[in-house]
Amino acid sequence: MINFKINNIDIACEENTTILAAARQHNIDIPTLCNYPDLEIKSECRVCVVEIDGRKKLFTSCSTIATEGMIINTNSPKVLNARKTIIELILANHDASCTACPKNLNCELQSLANKLGIDDNRFPTVLEVKPLDNKNPVLIRNINRCIKCGRCIDVCKNVQSMSVLDVMGRSKDIEITPAYGKFLSDEYCVYCGQCASVCPVGAIIEKDDTDPVWEAINNPHLHVVVQVAPAVRVSLGEEMGMEAGSIVTGKVVAALKYLGFDAVYDTDFTADLTILEEGTELITRVTTGGTLPMMTSCCPGWISFAEQRYPEILDHLSTCKSPQQMFGALAKSYYAEKMELKPKDIFVVSIMPCTAKKYESQRVEMRIDNVNPDVDVVLTTRELSKMIKQMGINFESIEEVPFDKPFGITTGAAAIFGATGGVMEAALRTVYEIVNKEELTNLDFKSVRGLEGLKEAEVELGGQKVKVAVAHTLENAKLMCEQVKAGTSPYTFIEVMCCPGGCIGGGGQPYGTTKEVRQKRIDAIYSVDENMEIRKSHKNPDILALYEDYLEKPNSHKAHHLLHTYYHARKK
Amino acid sequence: MILLNEILSKYPKEQEYLIEILLEYQTSKKNHYISSEDVASISKYLGVPESQVCSVISFYSLLSMKPKGKYVIQVCHDVPCFVNDSTSIYDKLVEILEINDGETTKDNLFTLEITECLGRCNEAPAMRVNNLVYVSLTPAKVEKIINDLRGEKK
Repeated sequence: MINFKINNIDIACEENTTILAAARQHNIDIPTLCNYPDLEIKSECRVCVVEIDGRKKLFTSCSTIATEGMIINTNSPKVLNARKTIIELILANHDASCTACPKNLNCELQSLANKLGIDDNRFPTVLEVKPLDNKNPVLIRNINRCIKCGRCIDVCKNVQSMSVLDVMGRSKDIEITPAYGKFLSDEYCVYCGQCASVCPVGAIIEKDDTDPVWEAINNPHLHVVVQVAPAVRVSLGEEMGMEAGSIVTGKVVAALKYLGFDAVYDTDFTADLTILEEGTELITRVTTGGTLPMMTSCCPGWISFAEQRYPEILDHLSTCKSPQQMFGALAKSYYAEKMELKPKDIFVVSIMPCTAKKYESQRVEMRIDNVNPDVDVVLTTRELSKMIKQMGINFESIEEVPFDKPFGITTGAAAIFGATGGVMEAALRTVYEIVNKEELTNLDFKSVRGLEGLKEAEVELGGQKVKVAVAHTLENAKLMCEQVKAGTSPYTFIEVMCCPGGCIGGGGQPYGTTKEVRQKRIDAIYSVDENMEIRKSHKNPDILALYEDYLEKPNSHKAHHLLHTYYHARKK
Repeated sequence: MILLNEILSKYPKEQEYLIEILLEYQTSKKNHYISSEDVASISKYLGVPESQVCSVISFYSLLSMKPKGKYVIQVCHDVPCFVNDSTSIYDKLVEILEINDGETTKDNLFTLEITECLGRCNEAPAMRVNNLVYVSLTPAKVEKIINDLRGEKK
């Protein structure tokens, strides 16, 4: 143990603890800006400086290890002055038109300036306004707001192994941009949005698509339907001031109805459908000598990654569309027929925890009529919260409402799609019973759950032991891909999710997603599962009725047409 | 001109050789720059992301991703050169080359740059043309150097 003092308070901490960590353990607040809980220590912004007795210069508490007998002051006049000056200097090179920024009231720089009592700036602005990077369908980079903290570089390089962004230039001229100073594009970026998720300011944000949704809602000729992804129901509450991990399923439905959607459906329904299609595909591949291991295809960030970086393994991807796109295809075919509506009069909106879903919905393969997108607009969890706030809905007290029919019944297996390992577990529950022709007694495949980067399990299928694996983050996906490419993968089935923790940690989720928050959302997802009446996709009576009514059987010709897709290598 | 692959094959596939490769290759190229295609090849060879290669190039003023002239003229503007009238040297170059800082002549022969200390303060003012440092400059001397270099071209 190390003993020292912070602000005259005796502190005892483990060896090799930073001053910042020690202070936080003792509820002493040191402001930070570039620091982010699960990312590397950068000591880039210098906001967390403290004074150490006997030393002349100030030290960044995030990167300085506390040592025995240190006497530290976190709030001396020298420290406060330095801290204030740092923020003022950052603000002098920052587009501080706060009310014109989507991060207004949700901005770490803004709240820090407020906390430090900055209501005026001694320094005149030196900002040279540069053009926006907004040529892609998903993300907007506004370099005029960038404070060069480097969080986006870190998450893109070290968590996602994409390295799209890096620091260009030197000293005061540095900018954080893609290689060659180019724009983000689908040649390089998978639009996972993790950069937007960790950006302390509004320098990287998703495109706001709420306007076309309001227009559609207010257009009397359109039948506007909305689908809600599994992960949204355990995260939207945070945007509304509720605890992380609050389960708000019925409130989301109620709020969406209040916003004016004609019908509110659950993406969980098509998640169940995905399990039947993907499970059947897996069984077919195993029994007919198809390409193995099969890899899941629900995650558009992962699909883009495979198409860009590992085009040689595309045969391993399941041909199943994602639940979002299965829903879109069904809405504009089966549902249109059932409701006696023309597909062009149906407007499909998705609420997703994800930024990459915006890109997925615009892919040319995702148009059953080859012209119009099956899903018209994708909104992130954050964008939905914006609409709810615009309408002045008191979310916490709104009365819960169930999802609409005919996609009304869903299962626990579908709910867990939102967490890493969930698709695998849902698939195993179904594939096990279909192949082994016996009831699965223990539904919980605990070894594929949790925040471990790579997880594996062994299941007995048709008398032989089969190995499966679950990977989340593209860094871990890369490891799986290398094995598959080399032909050394010991697995039969691999689930890949692009974002840390799976969709609950998606790039479109409420800000402040940390490991701790991810775990709370995951716990909430599994409690949703446990409380469901039906927990296996193939026992969903509405799904069975859909096959009976319309799709015939899993992987039928019609199912293939509507629910499956293909992939292509992207030129680079 | 030496091919990039020839240079790459001399180096182990390790990140720490990035700067040496960049320097050697840029020096060997007539127009003294690393193109996007070069970045992609170097990135692939070393397994270093393209963004990182670009980042390194952008950090060093010696390295460039924009084509430069056959002769890159760097005029020192640090204090010892400045007090020895480096301004007149720079102005003379602007006059006879008809370009400003960072620009390249239309015939792609010369690029003019302002640089930090070249380490020849005792013989200021100084400038460097590619790897050769010229010292104790006067506007007349500069004119002769340029004329000689132009003549060399023919």
